[in-house]
Amino acid sequence: MKLNDVPQDKKHFNDKDVELRKVLYVTDKNGQYTQTHSYGWESENIALEQAWGEIFEQEEQVKQEIREGIASPIKYFMIKNRMDIGILASYVGKWQWQVKRHCKASVFKNLSENVLQKYAQVFNMEVSDLRSFKG
Amino acid sequence: MIIPFNHQSQAHCESGVTSNLLKHYKLPISEPMAFGIGGGLFFAHLPFVKVNGVPGSTYRIYPGQIFANACKRLNIEFQSQRFSSIEKGMNQLKQNLDMEIPTGCQVSVFYLPFLPEVFRFHFNAHNLIVYGYEGTNFHVSDPVMEGVSTIAYDDLAKARFAKGVPEPKGRMYYITKTPSSIPLEDAINKGLKQTVFFMKSPPIPWFGVNAIKFLAKKISEYPKKLEPRKASLYLGNIIRMQEEIGTGGAGFRFLYAAFLQEVYEVTNKQAFKELSEEMTVVGDAWRNFAYAAARVCKSRTTDVVGYGDLSNLLLSIYEQEKKFYDKLDQARKG
Repeated sequence: MKLNDVPQDKKHFNDKDVELRKVLYVTDKNGQYTQTHSYGWESENIALEQAWGEIFEQEEQVKQEIREGIASPIKYFMIKNRMDIGILASYVGKWQWQVKRHCKASVFKNLSENVLQKYAQVFNMEVSDLRSFKG
Repeated sequence: MIIPFNHQSQAHCESGVTSNLLKHYKLPISEPMAFGIGGGLFFAHLPFVKVNGVPGSTYRIYPGQIFANACKRLNIEFQSQRFSSIEKGMNQLKQNLDMEIPTGCQVSVFYLPFLPEVFRFHFNAHNLIVYGYEGTNFHVSDPVMEGVSTIAYDDLAKARFAKGVPEPKGRMYYITKTPSSIPLEDAINKGLKQTVFFMKSPPIPWFGVNAIKFLAKKISEYPKKLEPRKASLYLGNIIRMQEEIGTGGAGFRFLYAAFLQEVYEVTNKQAFKELSEEMTVVGDAWRNFAYAAARVCKSRTTDVVGYGDLSNLLLSIYEQEKKFYDKLDQARKG
């Protein structure tokens, strides 16, 4: 990529976000490599937007499942924390099949304080807030 | 305790950390040089390793390799440690800082509050340098940031002891002894040799240049095998891995081209100048692929033509890279 072609496609995904200029290696007019900065590129922005859109969509979907009494709050906060079953299982020290079960409303309501505490800690929240989340 | 440390922002975390640490010990190794000597360039596509349901792709070598290989090849002595407990890991880090040793740490991006939220996923192979602490705050130099940052003890502990793959287990690394002169040309040669070997030899389809061809085949099958939304997510992940902060753009290809230009300056062999230019062309082809992929992504259709075109773009990159590593091997020996 040439210095003159470096994209500066700034995009604000979140108002709180600090701006980040990334370093790129590009060629100057003599064909020599040099370091420069870029505020972003449209193609990457599309991919990032899509990844986040997917998370938001899943959050809404799981909220609906919670209201319908199918899913448990654990499933919602797993997605909100950008985790999947595998990652969450390793954080709480459980098997994946156990975490999968805990994602069901019917299993969730019988979980012990001890187990809930583990999840709440990973999600950085109070057990009471986890338990009372209604979607 | 705060060690006087010269923070420089770089394109990629691990080669950036390596270069900044070496410079702290008065060894003028640039980021591209650290990346090339450390054998940083790679490609792999692993359809069976899924993160958040999406198959993994990488454009670089396994985390930790760049620092370790660059140091070994330059005759620099270093220590690398993992810990069984958070407390031990944090105490050892403080001890290092008390002895004025700036220390590299492998961390998860998710627990770094100073990074923009948009990039904070559970990516556990990020690297930064801790160069001081004051009370419960640590001073860090993260090469992808323009300036230095501070991070609270608890956040740094979480980031260093994040779970998932690859698990950092508090891994920290630092330089213990530097030689009076470094075998630069020999180190470059070893780095080149490794990259040629890793890109060309794996007899399985998931690694090296073969994986580019393999991914091309996979992409051509997306419209048949996946629903539009999944197909588009798979593509999006390939673009992100290629263009995200820390890649130097085009999946590290420009970073490698910059390395080859420096190799030319060190060795004065014309072949490396030409290879650097060739790698730039390959990098541009990768960017062209990302541009086309993003358009397919945005349309969210399983338009067979779109995916077919992407597959063809990758096949042509495969052909280019395959020839490139043959020539690189010749230049190295010549």
